[in-house]
Amino acid sequence: MKSRRDFLKDAAAGAVLLGSSAAADKLALAAALNTHAANGKSKVVVARDAALHGTSTQPDEQKVMNLLDKAMAAYTGRDKPLEAWKSIVPANVLAGKVIGLKVNGLGGKGIATHNALTLAVAERLQQAGVKPGNILVWDQNANFLEACGFPINTDPSRVRSYPSDSAGFEDEESSWGVARIRVTKILTRECDMVINLPILKDHRMAGVTFAMKNMFGVVDKPFTLHAGNCNPGVADLNCIPVIRNKVRFTIGDAISSVYDGGPAFHPERLWYPNAVVVGEDRVALDYTAWQMLASKRAEAGMPTFEADGRPPLYIATAADGAHGLGTNDPQRIHLIEV
Amino acid sequence: MFGPARWDKVIGLLAIAAVLAGTGCKKKDADPFPASGAVAGWEKTSDTRVFAAKDLWQYIDGDAEQYIQAGVVSTSTSDYKYQNQLEATVDVYTMGDSAGAQKILGKSQSKDAKTISLGDAGIAYAQSVTFCKGPYLVRIVAYEDTPGTQQSLIALAHGVESKL
Repeated sequence: MKSRRDFLKDAAAGAVLLGSSAAADKLALAAALNTHAANGKSKVVVARDAALHGTSTQPDEQKVMNLLDKAMAAYTGRDKPLEAWKSIVPANVLAGKVIGLKVNGLGGKGIATHNALTLAVAERLQQAGVKPGNILVWDQNANFLEACGFPINTDPSRVRSYPSDSAGFEDEESSWGVARIRVTKILTRECDMVINLPILKDHRMAGVTFAMKNMFGVVDKPFTLHAGNCNPGVADLNCIPVIRNKVRFTIGDAISSVYDGGPAFHPERLWYPNAVVVGEDRVALDYTAWQMLASKRAEAGMPTFEADGRPPLYIATAADGAHGLGTNDPQRIHLIEV
Repeated sequence: MFGPARWDKVIGLLAIAAVLAGTGCKKKDADPFPASGAVAGWEKTSDTRVFAAKDLWQYIDGDAEQYIQAGVVSTSTSDYKYQNQLEATVDVYTMGDSAGAQKILGKSQSKDAKTISLGDAGIAYAQSVTFCKGPYLVRIVAYEDTPGTQQSLIALAHGVESKL
């Protein structure tokens, strides 16, 4: 098995071949953040439970917890949930830093990050030693947060939740490529680490919205990134250092999804993959999400994203030498389905 | 040139106009949202939120563009509950003209939609109803699929339509 050091060397060498030492730095950084890479491949776990919902439209909370544990065990190779979490969250963060959980409620309560999943993550973090008040659930605005089941709460004795716009944005603009935005102070000042909890959706402009696109909710003017089917807006945004470095892990909600007409809620296009998708490589995660949605659309007899004029090109852009955010090469993605 | 008497009349008219403007006397916007109980079983459970076209991204970023391209002027939204169980959201898009409303309705229609007689044109799925009437496009979405969901939504939609 290739060691992490070897992988870093390989990643850096690959980037040099791309002709840029800056690109080498980026790929090396991406690899360094990808602590559970296997054989030089980015690991992505898709964990499913067909019985997650039973007869209800809402998933069973205990089954969601079990599914999360299954996903984390498969990802980390550690069967005990607390051991799994401790291998993901650095000890110094567990000991007293603030961990942000970036949810997504843009589509309203019909297609928002499931409350049961966010609560399951928060519970496991607390069991791993994180104080409740050091967990901060947030989204772009109060309505989106409410759609995820989190009213505003600033009581430090409990899991906190308040939105980007309440916390305010940095006065100073951050820029990378076409992204010229101001980042929420929740990300810049409050959180030391962020766990990304997007929800899998079709997107009428970007094609697919999942891990990288969820970062639109951490900036003041996300609509400025929509040009060109959100390409290169999504990739450029994720290159802004505070986003690139603090958003370390994704627990993607594919418990339910809309496979057409997104990002709004279209119940006639609602679908229950009954899955969570976890990983560190945001590009590999989005590539996997794209394949899941493409497969569902094909099954439903719908046109491909390409035929519909909205292929998620930002995924390849995020993987290129200039961005170096991860890999979209299926040969370099170790997909584990459990 | 105006004589003194004509000037008096002009100044008087300007003064009346200024008073009317100052007291907010302008065309009354339609309130399309039925009050609780106005449609049997339906209760209005939230305040109405209104978004100007330039702010629509705050309501539905990523979806706003299609409405803006079709000439949306403003969007109003409110939540409802049927018999204290079934939750739904009513969105009313005020477009610049009826063509804009019909454009969005056309995009919403797929072959599995059921055509309904409502406003100028309407469609229904198991958990949603969309119709247009003049410059208004109304979309009602429920968060559960029960045997009576579609009929309940259509009843609410008629309540909205009657107020437009």
